[in-house]
Amino acid sequence: MIQAIVFLPLLAALVAGLGQRVIGNMPSKIITTGALFTSCALSWPIFLSFVTGSGEPTVTPVLHWVSSGALQFNWELRVDTLTAVMLVVITTVSALVHLYSWGYMEEDPDQPRFFAYLSLFTFAMLMLVTANNLVQMFFGWEGVGLASYLLIGFWYKKPSANAAAIKAFVVNRVGDLGFMLGIFGTFLVFGTVSIPEILSAAPGMAGSTITFMGMRLDTMTILCLLLFIGAMGKSAQLGLHTWLPDAMEGPTPVSALIHAATMVTAGVFMVCRLSPMFETAPIAQGVVMFVGAATCFFAATVATTQWDIKRVIAYSTCSQLGYMFFAAGAGAYGAAMFHLFTHAFFKALLFLGAGSVIHAMHHEQDMRYYGNLRKSIPITYWAMMLGTLAITGVGIAGVAGFAGFYSKDGILEAAFASGGGGVVAFWVGIFVAFLTSFYSWRLVFLTFYGKPRWEQSEHIQHAVHGDHHDAPSEEDAGHDHAHAHHHDAPHGVQGDGTAGYHPHESPLSMLIPLVVLSIGAVFAGIAFHHQFIYPEEGMAFWKGSLAFDEHLMHAAHEVPTWVKWTPFTAMAIGLFLAWNSYIRNTTLPARFVAQFKLLHQFLYNKWYFDELYHLLFVKPAFAIGRFFWKRGDEGTIDRFGPDGAAALVQGGTRLAVRLQSGYVYGYAFVMLLGLVGLASWAMVNFL
Amino acid sequence: MSGGFPILSLMLAVPLVAAIVCIFAGDRSARLIALGATLVTFVLGCVLWAQFDIGGAQWQFTERADLFGRFQWALGIDGMALMLIMLSVFLMPLCILASWDAIKQRVGLYMAMFLIMETIMIGVFCAQDLLLFYIFFEAGLIPMYFIIGIWGGANRIYAAFKFFLYTLLGSVLMLIAMIAMIREAGTTDIPTLLAYNFPPEMQTWLWLAFFASLAVKMPMWPVHTWLPDAHVQAPTAGSMILAGVLLKLGAYGFLRFMMPMFPDASAQLMWIVFGLSMVAVVYTSLVALVQSDMKKLIAYSSVAHMAIVTAGLFAFNQQGIEGALIIMLSHGVVSAALFFCVGVIYDRLHTREIDRYGGLAVNMPAYALFFMLFTMASIGLPGTSGFVGEFLSLLGIYEASSVVAFVCTTGIILGAAYMLYLYRRVVFGELTKDDVKAMADLNPREWVILAPLAAVALWMGVYPESFLAPMRGDVTTVVARLAPAKPAGDAHLAAGKPKAAKAHEGEAAHGPSHAGGVQ
Repeated sequence: MIQAIVFLPLLAALVAGLGQRVIGNMPSKIITTGALFTSCALSWPIFLSFVTGSGEPTVTPVLHWVSSGALQFNWELRVDTLTAVMLVVITTVSALVHLYSWGYMEEDPDQPRFFAYLSLFTFAMLMLVTANNLVQMFFGWEGVGLASYLLIGFWYKKPSANAAAIKAFVVNRVGDLGFMLGIFGTFLVFGTVSIPEILSAAPGMAGSTITFMGMRLDTMTILCLLLFIGAMGKSAQLGLHTWLPDAMEGPTPVSALIHAATMVTAGVFMVCRLSPMFETAPIAQGVVMFVGAATCFFAATVATTQWDIKRVIAYSTCSQLGYMFFAAGAGAYGAAMFHLFTHAFFKALLFLGAGSVIHAMHHEQDMRYYGNLRKSIPITYWAMMLGTLAITGVGIAGVAGFAGFYSKDGILEAAFASGGGGVVAFWVGIFVAFLTSFYSWRLVFLTFYGKPRWEQSEHIQHAVHGDHHDAPSEEDAGHDHAHAHHHDAPHGVQGDGTAGYHPHESPLSMLIPLVVLSIGAVFAGIAFHHQFIYPEEGMAFWKGSLAFDEHLMHAAHEVPTWVKWTPFTAMAIGLFLAWNSYIRNTTLPARFVAQFKLLHQFLYNKWYFDELYHLLFVKPAFAIGRFFWKRGDEGTIDRFGPDGAAALVQGGTRLAVRLQSGYVYGYAFVMLLGLVGLASWAMVNFL
Repeated sequence: MSGGFPILSLMLAVPLVAAIVCIFAGDRSARLIALGATLVTFVLGCVLWAQFDIGGAQWQFTERADLFGRFQWALGIDGMALMLIMLSVFLMPLCILASWDAIKQRVGLYMAMFLIMETIMIGVFCAQDLLLFYIFFEAGLIPMYFIIGIWGGANRIYAAFKFFLYTLLGSVLMLIAMIAMIREAGTTDIPTLLAYNFPPEMQTWLWLAFFASLAVKMPMWPVHTWLPDAHVQAPTAGSMILAGVLLKLGAYGFLRFMMPMFPDASAQLMWIVFGLSMVAVVYTSLVALVQSDMKKLIAYSSVAHMAIVTAGLFAFNQQGIEGALIIMLSHGVVSAALFFCVGVIYDRLHTREIDRYGGLAVNMPAYALFFMLFTMASIGLPGTSGFVGEFLSLLGIYEASSVVAFVCTTGIILGAAYMLYLYRRVVFGELTKDDVKAMADLNPREWVILAPLAAVALWMGVYPESFLAPMRGDVTTVVARLAPAKPAGDAHLAAGKPKAAKAHEGEAAHGPSHAGGVQ
């Protein structure tokens, strides 16, 4: 059965991708979407069997892969609780995104390719989570990277999309460098790449030391840190995060599936899968917590200033991933996975909702040109509303709440209970909860409330004047800087800010996924929080598939009441502030920006990471490359090597002429024949 | 003759006879004869592979006949040679097909050159006599020299000359070293020489002489500059065979001669190889990044890949050497395919300037797909052949030295950067230029060439066991031969102290590790 779950998407991708010219649009869509719904239908029973406690971990061999000396690894499909959680997340979101794309990509001329990529991605992601050895995990890891690259650059005619695609791949490769070295080191230390064998041997290595790059280090610390660098790349953690916001160049369903719900959580999954290793390396855990908290904070601050609706959600994703990592760093792997699980639903919902808004607004992504959309697209509005309630963690402690309430509070309480650095992380988390609430509600208020500001949008103007784009959609995405001309006198005649445009609710194929995900956003927390994070139930549920610290989870439930209520308070303050700034007193943000210009610029420009990296890495790489080429190869090696020798042979200056005449060519050939003759002579006479 | 049907001699004879016929044949028939002969040789190669007894005797299909003096006609192959012969006979018919329409002048001679080249390549890999090997090894220059010099681009004379000058220098030194070896050991028989223990101080000199020749053939930095020029000027099929097989001769020489025959010197001087390899990976990758000529870019990337091969070989362990061998095979297939991909569009637009293209995904989707596959194989995406080789060899290198492994692994970042940047500029983007718009997608002949290359690249990535199995025993033999001289790796793993002392040890160990982690 697991074979079907994993390989159906691959099969569908191949059929749709390679056979698109033969079978056409509709069959490609039916095959890929059908395969994904089948996978999804097969995955839920597996997950539920683990929820009820009847599921047992299994490993299904598929094919021999590599054996070289002591190194052996095979293609295998491992299913345990951790995998089962990922299976339902991946297949559910993927199936819904496939369905959603029927509507969203309706007008795209290249649909089979899109669906093939989506299915290919799903296959790679499933290979990643079912891996029983580090190398297969790396296969999936790179496979999702490839699919992400292809999908970000799906509209390959757009230079910005191509740039974003390459950036995503190359930045991820920086992380992969760490991952690969981590695998090498792990093999050197443990003599195997099989995950269960490594995990069972890991405690025995605690306290051992190893030399890495000339430094004498604690073995488990350096191994975990190297592997974590891989996780940082894939999960867009601070330092290696710069590709994620740019990845929004891809079609919105891609953002929902890959850059919110599944691929970017692979790093969290990896840390949880290898949690027994991290448990033996407290310093590495500290680093994980620190990086998680820093990312969480950084991304949330940036999200408060962005205007592009997708970028806000992208930074929000980055920030939520930070939460998951600091949970893992605190040792609360169950809580990290729980947040991964609920986040998949509500973040996919928010992205697909944003896609529906963009669809309704004729590809306009700038929230400055939205407003008052709740009446025109009510279903999208309610879906986004539920998603926002979930992400901001609305709920009453001890009673009930939305999905994010359970998982985020679980993380914060566990961080608090872990003590030490965890308490610092807790306070960072609280502050970020406030920021999360602010930017999420800001998004909702700017989009769905207030007066329509549509007439200033170029896209809407195009729509109204029947001036359709040739290119598929989101043609002018990421255009924060190019909007000066929007502020010209309004072209609309109505004077109500609508420019006479009537946004339409999206088709059914897009609304059904929104409704299904809304159910997840509302109930995923309340339905499963016992299994994921309660001490006794958790032990029974996880069955050792991750390092579940029963004591920590006990302590997390025993935290003082004020700890349980602080996140809610932070959320409420954020909500109030957003309401005050974007509904009650709409001139407030502008005045704030005017007063704190530098701070705003710093946040609005994403802490200048892109500029810094361009200056530090991209420009020097090209400059050094050019230097090596012109000064190294041509200016030194050739000049004093072959050209110099040629000049000597030829007696200098007329070399070029003679080279052209072919003189040297013949000369050289004679020399070669002479050499062969000499060799033969030497053989016969000397030996 | 020792036993059995002389299949190796037959494989040498078929292309040679066909070459002679080709010289006198008309254009059309020369093409057909060449294709037919290379296909027959390929079939013979398949028979060879099928009949090869994995785990059996080290040397199989041996043939022996005394000629004049010390000169012996001694042939025989082990698993490594088998795989490299397979690579040669697999690529050869594809090269002939690749030249089908592109070569219009002196077709008979051109085909003859390729067929002679095939004989020589098979000869290099199956020679069991040192002098026979040397003759094949150096003779390979001649047809390549002609192919570049006659059918090459505008600056072909310079390139052919440079190619020749470089290789000449090393060859002389290697010949002298070989004569010294024969006088010392009193035999030209390679299997016997493999077991002979040369005095350590002599090994050093012999090693350096061999190194001078093989480093050029690899090519290693800084004697690599002939390669970009040779590739740029060579016709498409010339580049395919140059990158596909000729670049493997250097590594084959390392593995067949230098490492097992001079193990002490190899261990002593491995720092030279590691040092040059590290420089090459970073240096040539960065140079590749700024190239505006497609062939030059791929040529520089070849130097970077070959650097990982040399480093992997000198890791002195099973993974490093097997990985290096798989990179050789994989690079043979993938770089040949990439050069052919360049040739496909060169045939249509007659320029290798990257900036002249753009937007090919629109009018050449099948081409775009193949090109993407080989790009990914080149940057070592798991599931393709490139990954298996890179992963194994880097893992082996790590065991020897984490510093070398780290520097070589940065190649995966730079490799992704220059290949994707190339792909983006050629295939993606808006289709604006009129002459580019007019380019047609792959024709059936091009499909026939690309499809088998793609199939092998994937096969090697998903189930490399087919290729690893025949070579396993030979690599084990080399590793065992090197074992006494092998230096310890730099890891020095030390177990943790028992519980009682753990707190103390923990203090000591965690201090530096913290500093290391944060840096």
